[in-house]
Amino acid sequence: MDEGVILQMTGICKYFPGVRALQNVDYTLRRGEIHALMGENGAGKSTLIKVLTGVYPKDGGQIYIEGTEGEAHIRSPQDAQNIGISTVYQEISLCPNLTVAENMFIGRTKSAITNWKDMNAKAGKLLDDLQIPVKPTQQLDSCSIAVQQMVAIARAVDMECKVLILDEPTSSLDEQEVEKLFKLMRDLKAKGVGIIFVTHFLDQVYEVCDRITVLRDGGLVGEYVIEDLPRVKLVSKMLGKELDDMASIKDEEEKVKSNEDTETILEAKGLASNAGIKPFDFYIKKGEVNGFTGLLGSGRSECVRAIFGADHVTSGKVFMHGRQVRIHRPIDAMKNGIGYLPEDRKQDGIVSELSVRDNIILAQQVMRGFFRPFTRKQAEEIAQKYIKLLDIKTASSDTPIGQLSGGNQQKVILARWLFTDPAYLILDEPTRGIDIGTKVEIQKLALKLASEGKSVTFISSEIDEMLRTCSRLVVMRDRKVVGELDGADLNQNKVMATIAGGEEK
Amino acid sequence: MTKTGNSLTGKSLGAQILGLTRKQFFIPIAALLALVVFNLIADPSFFEIKMGQNSAGDPVLSGYLVTIFDNASELVILAIGMTLVTAASGGQDISVGAAIAIAGSVMLRILCGPDGKAAELQAPIIVAFIICCLVAMLFGAFNGALVSYFKIPPMVATLILFTAGRSIAAWINNNQLPIVNDISFSYYGNFFPGIPVPTPIFIAVACMIVIALVLKFTNLGLYSQTVGINPHAARLNGLNPEVIKLITYIILGLCVAVAGFIKVSRFSTINYSVIAKDIEMDAILAVALGGNSLGGGKFNMAASIMGAYVIQFLTTTLYKFNVVSSALPAYKAIVVIILVVLSAPIVREKISRAWKKTTSKSAKEVA
Repeated sequence: MDEGVILQMTGICKYFPGVRALQNVDYTLRRGEIHALMGENGAGKSTLIKVLTGVYPKDGGQIYIEGTEGEAHIRSPQDAQNIGISTVYQEISLCPNLTVAENMFIGRTKSAITNWKDMNAKAGKLLDDLQIPVKPTQQLDSCSIAVQQMVAIARAVDMECKVLILDEPTSSLDEQEVEKLFKLMRDLKAKGVGIIFVTHFLDQVYEVCDRITVLRDGGLVGEYVIEDLPRVKLVSKMLGKELDDMASIKDEEEKVKSNEDTETILEAKGLASNAGIKPFDFYIKKGEVNGFTGLLGSGRSECVRAIFGADHVTSGKVFMHGRQVRIHRPIDAMKNGIGYLPEDRKQDGIVSELSVRDNIILAQQVMRGFFRPFTRKQAEEIAQKYIKLLDIKTASSDTPIGQLSGGNQQKVILARWLFTDPAYLILDEPTRGIDIGTKVEIQKLALKLASEGKSVTFISSEIDEMLRTCSRLVVMRDRKVVGELDGADLNQNKVMATIAGGEEK
Repeated sequence: MTKTGNSLTGKSLGAQILGLTRKQFFIPIAALLALVVFNLIADPSFFEIKMGQNSAGDPVLSGYLVTIFDNASELVILAIGMTLVTAASGGQDISVGAAIAIAGSVMLRILCGPDGKAAELQAPIIVAFIICCLVAMLFGAFNGALVSYFKIPPMVATLILFTAGRSIAAWINNNQLPIVNDISFSYYGNFFPGIPVPTPIFIAVACMIVIALVLKFTNLGLYSQTVGINPHAARLNGLNPEVIKLITYIILGLCVAVAGFIKVSRFSTINYSVIAKDIEMDAILAVALGGNSLGGGKFNMAASIMGAYVIQFLTTTLYKFNVVSSALPAYKAIVVIILVVLSAPIVREKISRAWKKTTSKSAKEVA
């Protein structure tokens, strides 16, 4: 290993049934370095972390770590800890009802008897060293999330780690809390710890990191020193589009142009929710397909969730057809003719044990009311109609939806909302994790709906797809709306420059 | 349709039996058959039904089968409510026994007046029943509110009433034991003059019909299952998961009122510490025996009801063989453990795998 390198992973491969999750990935971490690991969803970041920490066994490649002769064999998270690799996950995995000191030392004392005084003193010293503003005897859940996160880091650091992995530690923190965390990271860096930092926030990467390794589709894109990789380049690396050869794939004929004169279906002013987005304005016209774009975690979904009333709306007004409406809960939005296909199909969309038929009629059934159920025969007819219309592949309408493939589940949810005949349909990542054929079908469907005079908001991580379907894009970064693009501006260069921000020309 | 037809004819008998074992009804029906066979072998007279006369000189049916159907009535009614609560909230109400004590006590308080010694009814039975229903639904709403709005796990939330219920019941009647002297009140827990079938059987059947109609003509089933399976999706489809959970607890409250009415009518009086003792466990078992997940979600009402009858069948069988009542729970526990373990998916999968192995082996040997 070269001088100063504390962790070297070479040619790491990992296969899951039918998927190559990692293919020949290299990663090198040096002493006293904060090294970002970047990539969109499914790029392989978390798989790489899990291989490194022994959660998954690797299928190929070598891991070397400073202080261990030859190859390091990491078979379990315990092994990883023993050789000096500590991990702090996105979700805090500590015990909220124990004290800070207990959390820092839990499971690490060998004897059955705990010397409380000793433990608290040790914890106090460490917390002082790291300048974490908390008393060791304080109960953990009385601390802010940021402090809890820092306690988790303190616990990791005290295990004499050489390598500290921070897996999206900032996603639930506010700006000041993030600042505190960064200070702690810099202190650790000065002490010679190597930090692997996984995040979706570009600004944070440029604020605190020294190097970036970019992954895409399970493969290594490259390792870069931060000064050599401007934001726009980083975004293009993550999305896999070279800036130069970006012939516009716009198909003018397929595209539905919004007309200045047509009616505005929905308008939101200063809308904000408890999901942590900055107040934003938004409108959509009759027969228009528009979209929210931005990197994952930029607040795309939170915006549409606020419109649909899925999150608690804290401020702002919503107008439909020019009249103000109050949307507190999803049912209010549904009654106003809004449909919402959620981003997380498994958690928010399907009712897995219920039949395809029940899943299709669900939303419309709720709108019809408690005392007016569809008869079995009606429901069956509706189900058969949509199974045919969307070509849903299922053994029968009685099959539990959980047994269908991802793409077909998505079609069932789509059928559910089509059946409610909404004036305005929000499709949040409708094409994620489904096969290419179904993707195209869904895109076409969005355009067809618009040509029938309905309005559609389309959200996708794939810019190609957005450019193909949308006539106007609202661009988001770090939970703020940072721009709106339409007409000639709708090209990949411009979109990516706006997403990246900072260095716009 | 044609596909299933083909596959059925294509399957061997063994595979068909295997398919049957996966059906939700399999465990309760198999248990029932086992009990029937056991009784047939041990003593066929178990199934005799005789026409006799009661003390008032009216013709009444008697026999173990009649006893089973009669005594299972309260349990069946509770199982209906318990199934809904389980489906929507993913937990069980353990306070139904104590709540029955409250409901019965309220009923007697109204019928017997403040001193509990009135010679005639102080209010029409129907009025007393309606008030009893309202009170029981109120307590149901209390449990439901704790579960749905305060997010307290159902067992913990209902532990409160489980602990306090019987003393509340005693307090309602100043710890006295009121006795209803009017004979007409006892008709509901025993026999109507001239009708040889015990009245509780009719009441239980009526409750089954009502719940069948409710499930058919409202969305109660769809909503409670959706909320139980995926509350997030339920909310995004316009449902209010809290309200639906609350409603299921109120319905269980109504079931408690009906069961409490039957219980106090059987004896025309009440014993606060004994009435409906341990019935909550039987009601929960009925749901589990019916193959319903106690973690909530999809349910099969008919299977739960079947489960309730199986439990009563078992209890009566044990009585018949002179198992002392103090030892009864232990015997019951053994049988129940066997049934529940057999119905656990992990065991079923193992059995079906073992079955497949043996059948494929024997097929090879034949070849």
